[in-house]
Amino acid sequence: MEDRLVIGGRELKSRFLIGTGKFGNKQVMREAIVSSGAELVTVALRRIDIENNNENILAFIPENITLMINTSGARNAREAVRIARIAREAGYGNWVKIEVINDSRYLLPDNYETVKATEALAADGFIVLPYMNPDLYAARDLVRAGAAAIMPLGSFIGSNQGLRLKILIDVLIEEIDEVPIIVDAGIGLPSHAARAMEAGADAVLVNTAVAVAADPVRMAVAFSKAIEAGRMACLAGAGREQRTAAASSPLAGFLYNE
Amino acid sequence: MVKIVINGRATEIADNTGLRDLVVSCKVKPEAVVAVLNDHVIGKDLWTDIVLNEGDRLELVSIVGGG
Repeated sequence: MEDRLVIGGRELKSRFLIGTGKFGNKQVMREAIVSSGAELVTVALRRIDIENNNENILAFIPENITLMINTSGARNAREAVRIARIAREAGYGNWVKIEVINDSRYLLPDNYETVKATEALAADGFIVLPYMNPDLYAARDLVRAGAAAIMPLGSFIGSNQGLRLKILIDVLIEEIDEVPIIVDAGIGLPSHAARAMEAGADAVLVNTAVAVAADPVRMAVAFSKAIEAGRMACLAGAGREQRTAAASSPLAGFLYNE
Repeated sequence: MVKIVINGRATEIADNTGLRDLVVSCKVKPEAVVAVLNDHVIGKDLWTDIVLNEGDRLELVSIVGGG
């Protein structure tokens, strides 16, 4: 059976999206991206420190990769729109991950401002992937606003806590058919990613768990395999969980039965 | 001297300073820099032609790692 993931009209072979933050070594980052198989990679836009030499991260991103600029640093829709437009005008394409955050302790996305930014940027021709709190009504608003996919958080950014919000993500998977659902944030282990895919998520975005691993390249491979395994399990259709034992071997007709 | 704001900081620069000269004088790699002058992105091919004026607001930004 054909299993396609299409976002914004583009078919992606890999269901693993990877972030580029927190890597201690840019060459390792490059190798991790290559090993991940990811075709879509997130980056951020920041003011330059004009007193210091800044490393050009773009030199370490493989050629065939599509950049998706995140709007991190934006506190409202207006700022997110401004960041996205600067990035596009500068030639970095029209893929944008909307990230509107006011809260510095939990870094939770502001769904209301995120919907406004999505509406403005989708109408302006961007391919918009909003990072969101997994709320059904917000998800529907984002779809109406023109999101190309929605990206609910599994748990707090960079927390490695995994799928703490799974019951709410399950609701989105069940109810939102119009666009792909990409679990973003908090995924700390390949098993978390596999669980998201088993549950029916369309893709997973991981950054911290790969970047801070002792061996990021190996961890990227581990995530890639887990995401693929989870997807296959989802398509294969899992058996239901039972409260009591259900024998795998026939219990009747034993050799010594009378 | 001309007063401009670079990345939110008030700065004085010499009269008739060009955008390219200014960027080159900073400790950055010009190829990685995006220049946003008064809210408009200025393509690198225009940097030589642009002279900074009193009150200009210049943002020098760059792509960095992010999730």
